[in-house]
Amino acid sequence: MTDNLIEVRGLKKWFPVQKSFVERLVTRRQQFVHAVDGVDFEIRRGEVFGLAGESGSGKTTTGRLILRLVEPTEGSILFEGVDLAALSDEEMRRMRQRMQAIFQDPFASMNPRMKCGDAIGHSLEIFGVARGEEKRRRVLEMMERVGLTPASILYDKYPHQLSGGQRQRAIIARALMLHPDLVVADEPIANVDVSVRALLLQLMLQLKQDFNLTYLFITHDLATAKYICDRIAIMYLGLICEMGTLEQVYRNPQHPYTQALLAAVPVPDPHARRTAPLPKGEIPSPINPPPGCRFHPRCPFAEEVCSQELPHLRPVPGDEGHLVACHRMVWLKSVGRPASAGNPR
Amino acid sequence: MSEPVLQIRNLSVDYPTRAGVVRAVDDVSLTVYRGEVLGLVGESGCGKSTLGMAILRLLRPPGKIVAGEIVFNGRNLLELDDETMRHLRGAHISMIFQDPMTCLNPLQRISDHVIETIRTHRPEMGKQEARKRATELIDRLGIMAERLDDYPHQLSGGMRQRVMIGLALALNADLIIADEPTTSLDVIVEAQFLDLLRDLQRQFNLTIILITHNIGVVAELSDRVAVMYAGKLVELADVHSLFDDPLHPYTRGLLNSVPNISLTEDHLQIMDGSPPDLISPPPGCRFHPRCPYAKQECSRREPAMKNVGKDRLVACWLY
Repeated sequence: MTDNLIEVRGLKKWFPVQKSFVERLVTRRQQFVHAVDGVDFEIRRGEVFGLAGESGSGKTTTGRLILRLVEPTEGSILFEGVDLAALSDEEMRRMRQRMQAIFQDPFASMNPRMKCGDAIGHSLEIFGVARGEEKRRRVLEMMERVGLTPASILYDKYPHQLSGGQRQRAIIARALMLHPDLVVADEPIANVDVSVRALLLQLMLQLKQDFNLTYLFITHDLATAKYICDRIAIMYLGLICEMGTLEQVYRNPQHPYTQALLAAVPVPDPHARRTAPLPKGEIPSPINPPPGCRFHPRCPFAEEVCSQELPHLRPVPGDEGHLVACHRMVWLKSVGRPASAGNPR
Repeated sequence: MSEPVLQIRNLSVDYPTRAGVVRAVDDVSLTVYRGEVLGLVGESGCGKSTLGMAILRLLRPPGKIVAGEIVFNGRNLLELDDETMRHLRGAHISMIFQDPMTCLNPLQRISDHVIETIRTHRPEMGKQEARKRATELIDRLGIMAERLDDYPHQLSGGMRQRVMIGLALALNADLIIADEPTTSLDVIVEAQFLDLLRDLQRQFNLTIILITHNIGVVAELSDRVAVMYAGKLVELADVHSLFDDPLHPYTRGLLNSVPNISLTEDHLQIMDGSPPDLISPPPGCRFHPRCPYAKQECSRREPAMKNVGKDRLVACWLY
């Protein structure tokens, strides 16, 4: 039996495009950025679910929707079966204790005038869990857990006095103070150096064990995702184009976009310089996304149907739990040929 | 090996701060040969960008070069007057930054940038002809000719970075310093850009110093690699030797901590500690407090760059 912590159903977020006064006089038509355009997935309790894609793919908006930092245009998000959209503000506020966020830039998410320790323990006061000495004790304990040592000295430092790695640890500590069930980590290590990255990844995995956490790990870096994710969804222009376990998606990528994305990652090995051709052009504007399959204008295998019909996520035959949204896979399977164009590596 | 384009000898750069003097680059010697891509890698604060800016003499005050010389095509750049240096920057050395918006004038069309650059280099060329050359150039970069009259903000990040390469080509620069050129790009755009850069490098025999923290990018593009740690050059080798057999313990740690997409290995190795404070760096080898092989000697005396094979240098007491 699967135990889903989060279920996302038909989730959409369209942002209205700002127009100048003159434009509004000339045309009535309101345009929208289709940031997230109908995604379905579930996050199982205790797993690390990755959302990967390039900028503009909608991965960050999806994370913010789950935290209800932005309201969805359509669709629902169920947290342990409870529809978040149906909660009152007060209920949502209490629900927030159970879901926390870690963002990319720790500078932007810390109050520069608040001491590190006070910032970490702020949520304890907000939710009336602990204050004064008790708060300090709990914060110091958490600081030890995340490796912010010596804790009693760092407690009184301001964010600018900490190193990048320390700031990111402080953000992690702050996120865990209320013992949440879900942590949405949006590019948590994109801003730190390689040697610190490995440490932070290891720390996040350790804390996941210690606190029974579930992570939604949002990243553009497939190489990093490999070290932490159990399952992963690849997003392109607001839609999920492939989803499965890390092993399924990385070893046997079915969608031409996934294949290209994996092949494009520079490998730290000069003997393995990439030779496979790349898709042409760049990710198009999400204001008027191409009809049919979003990837078809850049896809080397595109056929007529790809520009007309939107492919839905379908199970890859013989590979349970592996889903892909590509017309080509369906045809190839039906005529009995292998679907894969070969692993790019 | 071909002729040297740039020779850096015993260069040191200081940033005086209220807390003390930060020696961002400390006694670095490095030669760049014509037609090679030299990768300069290290973590933030190791001095790699400062070194790049020092070559152009564009250090932001109060940073200044306190020792050494930089010989470019036989001339010591540190002895040139400002006017000559400005001309040299415009005509012989090109710089590509992480954010191309900082180098492109937002009020000028792409065509203005390219045509102006072409005509600076060849003043006798007429406007019409310069425009024709600009169109060819843009086409060579994989940008459609009709985008020539766009403003920088109308182009995507990848296209802007291509334009920067185009400007370097239009100059026929002897040396291109690329500081984190792909860091702001998405992975497919990055790969496209690296392909283009590699093609152009081969075709025009470009000399490039590629400054980056991205080990994967270095592996894709470089011929030789220089590794910096805490202001010091610690290892220099051709790209294959460096990746096959890194000598300096820091280089080893750095390479082992790079995430790799292949599914064969599963664990990132972890380097303990963090780079030192450059106001009061540790005595002896700067890496010794983090080094798993540190001996007594390492904390007492500073290792110099030592020749340990064909064009292979390392600064470590193990060798």
